[in-house]
Amino acid sequence: MAHAHDDRTTDTSEQTELTTGERLAFVDRYPAAARITRLCLGMSFSALLIGAILGIVQALHRTNVFRGVISSVDYYTVLTGHGVLLALFFTIFFLSGIFTWATARSLERDLHSFRFALVWFALQLTGAVATAAAIFGGFVDEIPFQADVLYTFYAPLQAHPLFYAGLAAWLVGTWLAGADWLRSYYHWRSDHGGERIPLQTFMVVTTMLMWYIATVGVAVEVLVFLLPLSLGLIDSVDPLLTRTLFWYFGHPVVYFWLMPAYFTWYTILPKLSGGRLFSDPLARIVFVLFLILSTPVGFHHQYADPGIAEGFKFVAMTNTMFLLLPSFLTAFTVVASMEYGARQRGGEGYFGWMKSLPWANPAFAGCALAGLMFAAGGFSGMVNAGMNINSLVHNTLWVPGHFHLTVGTASALTMMAISYWLYPQVTGKRLQFYGLAQIQPYIWFIGMALMSNAMHRAGLAGVPRRTAEPQYQQFSFDAVLGSIPEMRLQIAIGGSLLALGAVLFVTVMLGTWFADRGRGQLRVDSHIPEPISGPSDSPRVLDNVKLWVIIAVVLVAIAYGYPIYSMLADGAFNPAAPPIPV
Amino acid sequence: MHVHRFERLWLVGALVLIVLFIGTITYGAVGAGYGMVDDEGGQVDAANPQASDSVRAPGVYNGSDSGHYDVYVEARRFAFYPGTNEPIRVPANSTVTFHVTSADVLHGFEVVGTNINTMAIPGQRAIVTAEFDDPQEYGIVCNEYCGSAHHTMAGTLEVVPRSEFNATSEVQ
Repeated sequence: MAHAHDDRTTDTSEQTELTTGERLAFVDRYPAAARITRLCLGMSFSALLIGAILGIVQALHRTNVFRGVISSVDYYTVLTGHGVLLALFFTIFFLSGIFTWATARSLERDLHSFRFALVWFALQLTGAVATAAAIFGGFVDEIPFQADVLYTFYAPLQAHPLFYAGLAAWLVGTWLAGADWLRSYYHWRSDHGGERIPLQTFMVVTTMLMWYIATVGVAVEVLVFLLPLSLGLIDSVDPLLTRTLFWYFGHPVVYFWLMPAYFTWYTILPKLSGGRLFSDPLARIVFVLFLILSTPVGFHHQYADPGIAEGFKFVAMTNTMFLLLPSFLTAFTVVASMEYGARQRGGEGYFGWMKSLPWANPAFAGCALAGLMFAAGGFSGMVNAGMNINSLVHNTLWVPGHFHLTVGTASALTMMAISYWLYPQVTGKRLQFYGLAQIQPYIWFIGMALMSNAMHRAGLAGVPRRTAEPQYQQFSFDAVLGSIPEMRLQIAIGGSLLALGAVLFVTVMLGTWFADRGRGQLRVDSHIPEPISGPSDSPRVLDNVKLWVIIAVVLVAIAYGYPIYSMLADGAFNPAAPPIPV
Repeated sequence: MHVHRFERLWLVGALVLIVLFIGTITYGAVGAGYGMVDDEGGQVDAANPQASDSVRAPGVYNGSDSGHYDVYVEARRFAFYPGTNEPIRVPANSTVTFHVTSADVLHGFEVVGTNINTMAIPGQRAIVTAEFDDPQEYGIVCNEYCGSAHHTMAGTLEVVPRSEFNATSEVQ
């Protein structure tokens, strides 16, 4: 069989590549891990394509540009599908794929058991398909399914039981996936007693431990309250309690989307820039900070909620602000690594080095543009986090404007971009339609710049999120900056460009999938150069993940212990709100 | 552990910024007196808030001092009572405390263009107080998805000149 070899004319980091000799592609060395990664990426990109099509339908409908596809009632079915497919399934199938790749690559061992990996993948897939079926059943009256409850599924709005059962199965699938990676780590640990955890595995382990802590909230919400409610086993729930359980999970989940992007920016982007990571110790500190601080912040989604004391909102606000720290550190390390790479490639000057970065390499360009937009999203997030100014933007279009920069670009564009680099390695096939891949990140960037700036400004004018109609009979909105028709136009054009970007991406992936293995050498390889400052420069305590888990749990107990206790004190089902099917 | 000098500077700068952010928010709460929605409204009946002692029938009431009014608003799919079928009317130069409840699912109560923006959660009473200096008409929108006609759930708040406000007929 013909092995795919590294392409010697790779346009990144020639110096290091040329000296390392022949290497096999990832797919040849770790065939089982490559296969699971391919399956996960396939599901991820399918969810992306469907979600993006739903996205353009929404963008054109709510801006009143084109309303021929759906009614305003069906808008909420579309919105639920868009949120669940993109925020949960596109992102987390991708995470499952890249983490499978990363543990195999950085621990240098293939999957312990292919069958076990297939079980967790099948569970995630079954759950995702069941959830999607429950949602899209809402389009057809003859099908008894409906789940127009949006991505947040706030009780007492009630969906079909299949929606909750699907989510539960999918969630268990993610837990088993994490167990699989942790098992690989423990096997590696028993062979490598005193060694530092390889950086990529360290990131996988800390991210998954964060996930276990965070998903307790949504697991209890779904299994104890919402699924029994939808099955008629209980007749009421406490809406504030279930909402609080959701947001206990709902903020850390955004870091679960973001960690694959951070993982990429730290461990792969420096190489793509032509250099290597600036600081391994700082990367570890950042992931430890996310493990500790991601969960005790959920009340910042509930600043406008009655029934929660201001003091607990203040605690969440303080923790949230400190969560800026790991992102600030990331901005420094990533930009420094890129500058180092650019200077290796001959870049000069205070800012002139940026011209020497490989902007024609789609994997690099997408990651860099995603990082740039994440900075903008970070600043709008600081406004959301500000407890009192948040009142001006809470539940307005500002909020989706914000998270389309974060999950919708920092995560999504990084995932797409790094797929241009990763997918050839797990298939052994050279990337096809390279020209389309090269323009795709720029199309996404421009589309998002148009859509997101307009959504932010519309939010300042008070335009609410999550509504099918652009205006109300009783009054009209006064724009603070620009005009409302101009914002609508930018949202419609931006949303269309984003859908185009998603279609181009999927075209490149499908073209590569169907291509023969022999068609051209790979342009990429999975070798990652050593950081400038390696793990030996950092204290060993960083690798003591048990300690960080204990601290994380203590912080969660401080942030959530009393509020949850007080909600439960009068009975877990009180105040009792009966279900409202939608 | 070795940390580059620039990185150390950046770290200190980031920490200073974070502390400043927390400082401005603390000032907003303590100095400027911005009161968050919190748990002072207490629990109410989740399906019929008016059945609770702490909730009065929807409408405008005289508050604790002159110039202070209490407005009880009940959100129900897909209208505000009052607000949708008839506007909420209060006089200018007044302090108004809104008591917002929901009788079915989650709703939002947003007075467009202001920082009056609270969730209406079944089983809870949200309390928000605001000052209205000048006569003006505001829109009210439900900004949390509540069902298939969510996009129609809106209303108006009229701040009218004192001379046009009839304290005997408009206040309950």
